[in-house]
Amino acid sequence: MDKYREKAAAIARIGDGATIMVGGFGSPGTPFGLLAELERQGQRDLTIIKNDANEAGIGVSRLIEAGQVRRLITSHIGLNKRVVALMNSGELAVDFHPQGILAEKIRCAGAGCLAFLSDIGLHSEITDPGDVIEWRGRPAKVEAALTADFALLHAERADSVGNLCYRATARNFSPLMAMAADCVIVEAAGQVPAGSIDPDQVHTPGAFVDAVTDADLSDPAYGLMEGRYAP
Amino acid sequence: MPPEHLLRRAAREILPGQIVNLGIGLPTQLMAYLAPDADVLIHSENGVLGCGPQATAAEADPRLIDAGGAYIRTRTGASFFDSAVSFAIVRRGRLDLSVMGAFEVDALGNLANWKIPGRFSPGIGGAMELAQKTPRVLVLCTHNDKAGRSKVRRRCTLPLTAERCVSRIITDKAVLDVTAEGLVLREIAAGLTVEALRRDTEAELLIDREPEEF
Repeated sequence: MDKYREKAAAIARIGDGATIMVGGFGSPGTPFGLLAELERQGQRDLTIIKNDANEAGIGVSRLIEAGQVRRLITSHIGLNKRVVALMNSGELAVDFHPQGILAEKIRCAGAGCLAFLSDIGLHSEITDPGDVIEWRGRPAKVEAALTADFALLHAERADSVGNLCYRATARNFSPLMAMAADCVIVEAAGQVPAGSIDPDQVHTPGAFVDAVTDADLSDPAYGLMEGRYAP
Repeated sequence: MPPEHLLRRAAREILPGQIVNLGIGLPTQLMAYLAPDADVLIHSENGVLGCGPQATAAEADPRLIDAGGAYIRTRTGASFFDSAVSFAIVRRGRLDLSVMGAFEVDALGNLANWKIPGRFSPGIGGAMELAQKTPRVLVLCTHNDKAGRSKVRRRCTLPLTAERCVSRIITDKAVLDVTAEGLVLREIAAGLTVEALRRDTEAELLIDREPEEF
């Protein structure tokens, strides 16, 4: 079994109108190389599912700024004024979910389930009354599972059968998205032969992974951002 | 600049043995007021339990940030996990304390901190789950906004993050407890009179004993 693929060929599987989950919470875990290739190939009318919109000029923000994205399903975009402006002007449709509910909707799809019940924000303006049911004598909100055509993920290490390890806070949504999307494309700088990741240390088993591509970590997007560290 | 006496006072709310989430903004700054050996685990919703202080450029790991995007260090006993596990910790009630900012907080303990219609709507983030499911929610904010308007209200006017979720409010001017009777004044900033505080506060303040200074 060999899942190593050329980046351009892997991304070329994505067509116009696709729904794409993108890993990352802020920069850590964002697959900058895969996103740059998607920008270069120019697919349009995309629906992007990501915790945030990265920051202006990097990551998914570049796709949004280039007009390739029709809808963004997310939790919080407060660190990206350009995307907030595109939302306010109506050029970008944005659906917001509470962060852990977004994660759970993705995990739920990844576990092969249709929906789950929750009481988060039950009486708030984010809840459509049509989604509220009575379950065993109490009101509950039906949260539909969230699936996608593709997931684009960054892993710290990946082996040839697609087993993945993530590092520190670069893990975030990636293991969940790997389970939920139909086609999972991963980038990793550390491509290692099968058998070199301890089976006990695998975060995402290879069953969920379709393609492993090479990441070039010399891209400054993977480096430290100014002004985010202590003096 | 946040008033230092506000942060110093709020840091005293974090008790040994607690698991605590510090919200983005003012609450995150409490980290600098915790003793390096304090027996607490700080949760960050992007997948860390055991956050340490902000890292210097030399220490920083580009894959290790807090939920506000700052590079951090970890402390002994830290763990990393995915976003579903991170919010399982929150919704399961395993946090002891959440410290959150506010646009408005009211006498019922209602909290509004995620949206100002027409002006500010960057999304919900973790706020609803943290506010609704943490056993003790501490609001940390300036008492009045830049226009002088009281953030401590009889009733919130903005869309709520969660209903009846706040236990205590600490501002630069007062420490208030949310009780069944209303907001009880516990402490008042040094140099401020109760009359002046009442002028700066839209909500009614109850006093059951002489407030201490802080």
